[in-house]
Amino acid sequence: MPLAAESHAVPTIVDIAGLRKSYGSTEVLKGIDLRVARGEVISIIGRSGSGKSTLLRCINGLEMFQEGGLSVDGKSLLYDNATAMRELRQSVGMIFQSFNLFPHLTVGRNIMLAPTLVKKRDKAAAEEIATKLLERVGLEDKFDAMPDQLSGGQQQRVAIARALAMEPKVLLCDEVTSALDPELVGEVLRVVEGLANEGMTLLMVTHEMNFARKVSDRVVFMHQGLVHETGHPSELFENPKTTELQQFLSSLKD
Amino acid sequence: MTVELNFLAVFQDWPMLVTGVIWTLGLTAIAIVVGLTVAVACAWVRTEGPKWLAIPVAAYVELMRNTPFIVQLFFIFFGLPALGVRFSPPVASGIALVLNLGAYGTEIIRAGLLATPKGQIEAALSLALSKFQIFTRVVLPPALKKVWPALVSQIVIVMLGSAVCGQIATEELSYAANVISANTFRTFEAYIIATAIYLVLALMVRSLLNWAGPRFIFGR
Amino acid sequence: MVDFTLWDILRNLIIAAQWTVLLSLIAFVGGGLVGLFWLLLRLWRPGAFKLPFAIYVQLFQGTPLLMQLFLSYFGLRLFGVEVSVWVSVSLALTLYTSAFLAEIWRGCVASIPKGQWEASASLALSFGEQMRYIIAPQALRIAIPPTVGFLVQVIKGTALASVVGFVELTRAGNMIANVTYEPFTVFACVGLMYFIMCYPISAYARYLERKTHAVSR
Ligand SMILES: Nc1ncnc2c1ncn2[C@@H]1O[C@H](COP(=O)(O)OP(=O)(O)OP(=O)(O)O)[C@@H](O)[C@H]1O
Ligand SMILES: [Mg+2]
Repeated sequence: MPLAAESHAVPTIVDIAGLRKSYGSTEVLKGIDLRVARGEVISIIGRSGSGKSTLLRCINGLEMFQEGGLSVDGKSLLYDNATAMRELRQSVGMIFQSFNLFPHLTVGRNIMLAPTLVKKRDKAAAEEIATKLLERVGLEDKFDAMPDQLSGGQQQRVAIARALAMEPKVLLCDEVTSALDPELVGEVLRVVEGLANEGMTLLMVTHEMNFARKVSDRVVFMHQGLVHETGHPSELFENPKTTELQQFLSSLKD
Repeated sequence: MTVELNFLAVFQDWPMLVTGVIWTLGLTAIAIVVGLTVAVACAWVRTEGPKWLAIPVAAYVELMRNTPFIVQLFFIFFGLPALGVRFSPPVASGIALVLNLGAYGTEIIRAGLLATPKGQIEAALSLALSKFQIFTRVVLPPALKKVWPALVSQIVIVMLGSAVCGQIATEELSYAANVISANTFRTFEAYIIATAIYLVLALMVRSLLNWAGPRFIFGR
Repeated sequence: MVDFTLWDILRNLIIAAQWTVLLSLIAFVGGGLVGLFWLLLRLWRPGAFKLPFAIYVQLFQGTPLLMQLFLSYFGLRLFGVEVSVWVSVSLALTLYTSAFLAEIWRGCVASIPKGQWEASASLALSFGEQMRYIIAPQALRIAIPPTVGFLVQVIKGTALASVVGFVELTRAGNMIANVTYEPFTVFACVGLMYFIMCYPISAYARYLERKTHAVSR
């Protein structure tokens, strides 16, 4: 399975080429090349400020980039084309560090909202989807709860269900456990792992190195706005080639 | 149809505009100095003053806040003489502006006072400061600092509101515009220029107060 | 000279106060619509409309309402639009109200976490859907108390319409004071009537304010 990602039989789903992005005069991404195969699980690691979040946010159009190309499922990203953006965002789901559930809607309605509005599902169908997804993340009894009645781990699982309700082809996860109390991390990681095993294409920024090693097909180490080193987790963690990665990994140990 | 605008005619009466600006700024200055003093005193009464005073002060504040300034002004200028209390236009204007800013200022400063942590007062008490000293030195400065932006906004509102004082022939800026329009028949131009001057004054007064507050009113 | 009893004065003032109420409603509803329009432009394309929005707000918040009333009155005439004082006064008060409400509401929207925009965008919601289902419901809750509070400012603002000859409560007070020679009583009554209209609204706004704060804690 891990090797499948590198074989050319599996089609590319996300294709990033020479992507550059600046905030004002500071360049944050300095020419990123990355191809993600369908079903591949990629962990992005790197120091704070290396541009990991920015890269993820470029992929679903939350940030605009200035140079280079980005395409998802063969369609390139066009900022000024509302229909194209809407299509892109339907195929790319995102989970945020701070959950970002809609506080004024019940858990069920959080999940049902986008399918009814964007995918034009009728209420009954959307409800069925929501119920199924809540079951899948282990929260079947929380359909009518309000977000602020849930723990952080539960909120994040709802956020995952909400993203899945759009049946995305790619799921972006930006440090999805960083805002959680340590005892709640496990329940969220188990859900993510389940997705990985079911063949979902995942791009996740994470500081959980053990988790990255366990579930990833490939690990990408970002440094100063570039993909600095990339490879299979066993090889990358055991045999880091560049000194920057060696330093980064050893800085995590103490 | 073509509209001919002649702004130059208005500027030929520039001494009137200058007088108007001076009166507007002068009235505003009086409102700031006296009005804020009233506001601090009333805010003190409402937070820690005696009950028998707190009720009339609350009534004053609510009365001012829930009636139009122009009615307050007319009451003072036209109404009070019936009781034998007669003011010249500028004095009536000054009183009305002071009372108005005093009322709004009371509510703003009171909110700041209520936000002062109790611990600071206890610490000050343990230093054997008098009640008056505690209020003016310990409680008031941080409260003013906290609400200064709101006070500045209110002062600007009061300054712009002073345009109404021209209605009782106080020679402030809007009155100047009125007279110029009568002299030149350039009514629209006169009001446009006066309005533009008000805009500049509002921006200037705002930045001046934002600058002055930390330096002279509540320190640092 | 006519003899006016206190009841005559009050009765005439109450009749005039109806115009104050009507004018306030026009300004409030019209200002709300225009303000909403500006706010939506500002949120829809921040890059293009941030500056025009700020200038619009500053123009109306940084100049006296009295001047705005004069300019609307003389300006419309100067440009050949022969309209009644009703129209010029409604126009000025509507624009004035719109600037304040737009700015109040902008602040309310700005206080909603950025993550709400991002999460809804990442779910492929359009700008309209984001506004309608995510932002507006949350902003509305915060916006109601200051909006109700501003209604008091609008009611008081209509008093200035008297200066350009619109006969509402204040103007009626002026006229009655002139014929009765009882300015003290008349202006006290006028003030009282404004107070009766405004105070309940102020108190209600304060109650709402406390309630929303209590919930968000
Ligand atoms: N909105 C912004 N405006 C200006 N600079 C920004 C903005 N967002 C991010 N940056 C800068 O871009 C760089 C990359 O930020 P990014 O959030 O992508 O880093 P990261 O790798 O995700 O870091 P972390 O591990 O702390 O989340 C940082 O130097 C950051 O300061
Ligand atoms: Mg990040």
